[in-house]
Amino acid sequence: MIFADEPVPGYPLPILPGHTSPGRFERVLRAGAFAVTAELAPPDSADPEEVYKRVRVFEGYVDAINATDGSGANCHMSSLAVCALLTRVGHAPVMQISCRDRNRIAIQGDILGGAAMGVCNMLCLTGDGVQAGDHPQAKPVFDLDSVSLLGIARGLRDDHRYESGRKLTYAPRVLLGAAENPNVPPIEHRTRRLAKKIAAGAQFIQTQYCYDIPRLRDFMSVLEDAGLLEKVFILIGVGPLRSAKAADWMRTHVPGIHIPDAVIDRLKGAQDQAREGRNLCVDLIQEIHSIKGASGVHVMAYRQEESVAEVIDRSGVLAGRRPWQPGRDPQINADRNTS
Amino acid sequence: MYAVRLWSVRHARGLSRFYASFEAVLVKLSPLFERIGYQRLERPVAAVERTVKGILFDCRMCGSCALSSTGLSCPMNCPKQLRNGPCGGVRANGNCEVKPDMRCVWVQAWQGAERVPGGIDAISAIQAPVDRRIEGTSAGLRVAREKSGAGR
Repeated sequence: MIFADEPVPGYPLPILPGHTSPGRFERVLRAGAFAVTAELAPPDSADPEEVYKRVRVFEGYVDAINATDGSGANCHMSSLAVCALLTRVGHAPVMQISCRDRNRIAIQGDILGGAAMGVCNMLCLTGDGVQAGDHPQAKPVFDLDSVSLLGIARGLRDDHRYESGRKLTYAPRVLLGAAENPNVPPIEHRTRRLAKKIAAGAQFIQTQYCYDIPRLRDFMSVLEDAGLLEKVFILIGVGPLRSAKAADWMRTHVPGIHIPDAVIDRLKGAQDQAREGRNLCVDLIQEIHSIKGASGVHVMAYRQEESVAEVIDRSGVLAGRRPWQPGRDPQINADRNTS
Repeated sequence: MYAVRLWSVRHARGLSRFYASFEAVLVKLSPLFERIGYQRLERPVAAVERTVKGILFDCRMCGSCALSSTGLSCPMNCPKQLRNGPCGGVRANGNCEVKPDMRCVWVQAWQGAERVPGGIDAISAIQAPVDRRIEGTSAGLRVAREKSGAGR
C-alpha cells in the first residue's frame, strides 16, 4: 500500500491520531492488513553491506524486519546497529531488546538511541540464557524482565521519563511489542501472562514458532474470550523446516520449540524434504490467515532466508498488496525531493 | 533446599496464611522496632529471615519479597530472575531451560497461586523491577516500616 503522506525513505511518516509511532509497520497493522514480518540474522561482521545483502531477499514481501539481539545467546552485530543501518534506506525494523546483556541504564539509552535513528518498533524480550550460546562463560544480567522492560519503555514514551523519574526532552515515538510462546508450560496460564504484557504496554505480539494449529486455535480462542484480541496485534511465528532431521534436532535442542510428530512424519514422507518444508510453511500461513485475531505472520527462516519471499508469495496472504521496498515509489520520492 | 522449596509450594495455602499473620505481627511490633531502632535491628532480623526463608523457599534475600504474589515460589530462583512469569523456554516437562533438573519456578508459582485464596489475582499483578540497593536486607522489616508509616 502507498500512503497519501508517503515520506522520503528514511524519513518518518506523520503520526496519525491513535498511533504512537511514525512507523510504516503500525500503519499497516492499524489499516487492518494481514502483516508480514521476517527475522534477519545479524552478521558476524562489521561490514554494513552484509546487513543490506541479508535484507534484500525480503524486499517487497515484508512489512517489518526483526533484528535479533544476540539470539540464542550468540554474539552478533548489535540489534541497534542493524536497525540503524536499515532505517537509513527506509526499512521498518523491529529492534529486539533482550534483558540478558544489559541493565536498565544501557537499555533505556538504547531505546532513545534507536528511536533517534528512526526505529519505530521495539520488541521487549527476556532473552535466552547464556548457557545456550557461544559465550556460556558470560555474566547473565537480567536486571529487568520483559514485563518490567515494557513498562519502562512505555514510561519513556508516554510519561517522557526514565525509570528514575528524570524527564526527557523528547520522547521516543515507538510501537511496543512482546513475545509469547503458546506451546510450552504452563500452557493453561500463557494467556494470563500475555494479558500481563498487554497491561504493561505491549501493542503487538510476535509468537514463537507455531506448528501445532489446534493448540494455536485454543490459545487464540482463550484470548478472544478474555477480550484481549482487540487490545493487541498478534503475529504468529512460522518458518520453513529444512528436513525431518533438522526439525527433530530443533525440537530436542532449542528451548521452547514444539513440533508435533505429524509435522515430522509429513517431512519424512517427502521426496524433497526442504521443498515439503516450504509447502508446510505455506499451508501454515494460510491456516493462520483464517484464524480470528491473527494480524499477520512472523517468518523466522534461519539460514533459509531466501525462501521467505517464495513462501509468502505462494501463501497469497498479501492479496496483491506490495509492502514497501527501497525504490518502490520513485515518483513520490522525486516529488518530495524537489518540493 | 530444593525438596523443601517444592514442599512449600505444595503447602502454599497454609504457609501463606502463616506468612500473612507473621507480617501482621511485624507491623504491630513496629513501635517497638522504632524504639530499638530499625538500623540496629537490620542485621539480626535479616540473619533470621535469611535462615528461615532460606530453608523454606531457597530465599535469595532480594529485599523486595514477592512470595505472596508468586504462590510462595521464589522468583529469584529462576536463573533469569524473572519476576513477572515464565520465559518462553520452559521444557515440555515443566522444567527449566537453563537448569534441566529443576522445575520452572513459574510453573510452580502458578500451581502455588491456585492453592492460595486470591493467589491468581496476586500473581497477575505486575511486579516492578528489583531495587538492587536493598538486596541482602530484611524484606520483613521494610514491610513493617512501610505499612506502619514509620520512618527509618
